[in-house]
Amino acid sequence: MTTTSPAPTPIVELVNVSRQFEQRRKLVTAVDNVSLAVAEGEVVCLVGESGCGKTTTGKMLAGLIPPSAGQIRYNGQSLSQMSAAEFQRYRLAVQIIHQDPYASLNPAHTVFDILSAPLLRHGIVRNMSNARERVRELLRTVEITPPDDFMEKYPHQLSGGQRQRVSVARALTVKPDVIVADEAVSMVDVSIRVSLLNMLTRLKRDLGVTFVFITHDLAVAKHFAWSGRIAVMYLGRLIELGRTPELINNPQHPYTRALLSAIPEADPHITRTKQRVQLRSMDIPSLLNIPSGCSFHPRCPLFEQGLCDTRVPPLTDTAQGTQIACHVIARDQAQAQAHIQETHMS
Amino acid sequence: MTNAALVVDDLWVEYPARRGVVKAVRGVSFELRRGETLALIGESGSGKTTLGLTLVRLLPKVARIKHGRILFQSDGKTTDVLTLSAESLRQFRWRDCAMVFQGAQNALNPVLRIESQFLDTAKAHGLTDVAQIKERAIELMKMVQLDPARVLSSYPHELSGGMRQRVLIALGLLLKPQIIILDEPTTALDILTQRSIIDVLRKLKTQLDFSLIFISHDLSLAAELADRVATLYAGTIVEIGNVFDIFSHPSHPYTLALTRSVPTVMGEMHELASIPGSPPDLIDLPEGCAFHPRCPFSTRECQIEEPTLETVGQDQQAACWHWRDVKP
Repeated sequence: MTTTSPAPTPIVELVNVSRQFEQRRKLVTAVDNVSLAVAEGEVVCLVGESGCGKTTTGKMLAGLIPPSAGQIRYNGQSLSQMSAAEFQRYRLAVQIIHQDPYASLNPAHTVFDILSAPLLRHGIVRNMSNARERVRELLRTVEITPPDDFMEKYPHQLSGGQRQRVSVARALTVKPDVIVADEAVSMVDVSIRVSLLNMLTRLKRDLGVTFVFITHDLAVAKHFAWSGRIAVMYLGRLIELGRTPELINNPQHPYTRALLSAIPEADPHITRTKQRVQLRSMDIPSLLNIPSGCSFHPRCPLFEQGLCDTRVPPLTDTAQGTQIACHVIARDQAQAQAHIQETHMS
Repeated sequence: MTNAALVVDDLWVEYPARRGVVKAVRGVSFELRRGETLALIGESGSGKTTLGLTLVRLLPKVARIKHGRILFQSDGKTTDVLTLSAESLRQFRWRDCAMVFQGAQNALNPVLRIESQFLDTAKAHGLTDVAQIKERAIELMKMVQLDPARVLSSYPHELSGGMRQRVLIALGLLLKPQIIILDEPTTALDILTQRSIIDVLRKLKTQLDFSLIFISHDLSLAAELADRVATLYAGTIVEIGNVFDIFSHPSHPYTLALTRSVPTVMGEMHELASIPGSPPDLIDLPEGCAFHPRCPFSTRECQIEEPTLETVGQDQQAACWHWRDVKP
């Protein structure tokens, strides 16, 4: 389906990527066979509940941890085949913003130290006065003004919103092509969150940066990625992928439907009349014991024995323009398609 | 006053700090009507948790209640919670008014099975009929949609965050209190788990007779559950009213800004409006209305005198000089 496939040369691409961790001498699969191509200038949101593998996927994209299986490609080149110098260039080109600005900034360094270190380290500026000029510019870009009032401050002297802006500025120091933002707006208050989101939207537009935006909040994903795509993950697998308007307004996978229907809305009329998808079980399976076949099957309202619990469903195109991993819906749509063709023939 | 379970009257709470006095709660007055669900909505530093802790007198030692009354009304009797002796206070908590704290993970004793925690709580409040307590525990477990056999014999670490939150709600209901206070009941829980907590609370409200106060930063939770909503800003209630009125025509600029800054999943894509500036410093509050430096409606008047709550609608009060001009 042409509407869902990105431009021909993805800037970053996951090809059948898996990642396992050892936990109590058992292997836990955090990410299981995920493929995702992100086009240059695109915004893709990874959404899902805790334990779905979205953060691990983000860390692999940023080159912080290697995949256990599969390939990550940057401009078509596999990371595993890169020379040390190429890998370093990749690490600069793909920057990550972490969730917790209280933990990700060194408390003993001033804002100037934090922002000038990468500039000097990577030879982006020649000397201290250049560094000061560039740091000022960066702070203005993230709307921390006037910059001179903030350069000598320590992280604890900043508000949560300001700290997260400094994290964004730090990511921008090395002029990245891709920013992976992991729950970048989740820890700040409502009144600050919107200005942070609006700033990121402006950066995306002005700098043409590609964004991989990781969040548990589908409402935030909708607003940030309206022009892009959303990828929904469940227990390490990608279960629905599509353009944001289609995915939000016409979700196909039963899990996506359940999630969207469960979200409380900040409008009493809407939220109290919303149709809810009832699940068969409220228990989230442990990653140590992932259900067979489609891992959503013990909770899924569409569950069919012998079909859903035997094979892992592949991601397939739907008539609605999104791709989903669901046996039942894929079969029903194929049958409907066959039926239409039959009636045309006769 | 007749129909209220709790009346809070001009409450002031402060914390001394090195830099000065933190004015956490400043002149808060409201009623909790019998049987209603009241949402206290505010951002960090709005004083919402301090207010909740004051209601059950669980403030840290350094805190000072400068002024105010908290009147608990039951069976025609009125008692001021702030004047209760240590023993009557102990009875008031849990028996009359239970509070479930933020961070359900840490509120349960990690080395006791859930059943023992029910028995201990009941014993501490003078109930000794073990069979009866167990029966009540089983009944409550069913009400919060947990499997009694499995959960009662579990240790807290064997349960998920959402299950622990439901256990705490059940534990809060053990002594049939008239008032329950929940602090951030769904924060840090996944969406589907949040939904199950919301559904459980809604069902409990129809099955049992109690009044509920919940404290949250989450406007959508208020939209889901509350009968009335109070918006807190800089330690004071800036608007209070019926949930439908508060969301459809907020009369305080801060409430208006909050409702416009929350993205929704359903419905049209609309521009999100951000609130300029940052939350106030509770040690060094702005002169006049504490919201004026961030307020688009602000005039000279707002910088001089702080407005108090006035009636702006049938069941709605707002503290703003310009409430007539506040329109979405």
